Amino acid sequence: MAGHFKKKTKTKEEIPTASLPDIIFMLLIFFMVTTVLRETTVQVRTLLPKAEALTKIDQKRLVTYVYIGPKKLEGNRIGETSVQIDDALVEDLGNVRTIMYSKLVEQPRLIVSLKVDETSEMGVVLDIHGELREAGTLRINYSSKREIPS
Amino acid sequence: MPVLKKKPRVEGEIPTSSMADIAFLLLIFFLVTTTIDVDTGIGMVLPPKLEDDVIPPPIRERNVLKILVNEAGLVLVEDQPSAVQLIRQEVMTHVLNEGVDPRYAESAGKALISIKTSRETPYSAYVNVLDEVWMAYFEMWDSEARVLGYLDYKTYVGAITESGAENIIRDKIKAAISIAEPDGT
Repeated sequence: MAGHFKKKTKTKEEIPTASLPDIIFMLLIFFMVTTVLRETTVQVRTLLPKAEALTKIDQKRLVTYVYIGPKKLEGNRIGETSVQIDDALVEDLGNVRTIMYSKLVEQPRLIVSLKVDETSEMGVVLDIHGELREAGTLRINYSSKREIPS
Repeated sequence: MPVLKKKPRVEGEIPTSSMADIAFLLLIFFLVTTTIDVDTGIGMVLPPKLEDDVIPPPIRERNVLKILVNEAGLVLVEDQPSAVQLIRQEVMTHVLNEGVDPRYAESAGKALISIKTSRETPYSAYVNVLDEVWMAYFEMWDSEARVLGYLDYKTYVGAITESGAENIIRDKIKAAISIAEPDGT
């Protein structure tokens, strides 16, 4: 006797949308974990020093970054110590006071965060201090990473 | 002859009911990520530029704790070789001396820490020394806050920003740190 063949139910052509929010949520978490927001391309290497006595700067719009460190060259090599403000390298340190002064006019409560590579020498940092004093931008911050106390 | 049945036209619509959710999630995403990278560091206030005709007020020698960091990252405290780890204690003895020891400061309000480097001093050595000095101040503020009945200085600051009171700890023990110019410049 021939077997009873059940007719297969017709498959639905619609994509189930019930899991869509979950998928989006997964994507959201993925991006939240992986993205690093960076406004400027840093052309110098800044390996920050470690410190314990840290304060947080919550008001990000008050902060201007000054990057000091060896210039990044092609092929993972590093060059001479250079200073970068915003997107451009500052060739003549005498220009720092003009740049900072115009920033101070825009934002009177300006904080200058110095992101200095730990291998840099104090000479260039002291030169920047002098320039900042000339410009009148006196609130500074030595950007450092948290040191895990041993 | 069989009649070819015309297939019904497939509706090409994208479901739009979840659009609001997607937009909402994107909104949350940007809200969260824009404040994620908080800059941390050691805060300092540089001294204002000196006018040529203004002579800086005289400071008594005993109120200044001189710390010198040389090219090799070695430290001299009051011309005595010292280790970086000992600076914290030295700063605390200096500031909290209250005129007892003639080598240290007259009072906490008058105490001054001077950090001098040479131009070739590595930045990391300077930051280590500065960090120790700041940690000394943090510890002193913490113990002052405990005297006033707070858990630590942070809770004290939280309490006074809420009530709008004066920061009496900061008035008593001022963090007076000066970065001296190297010699011969």
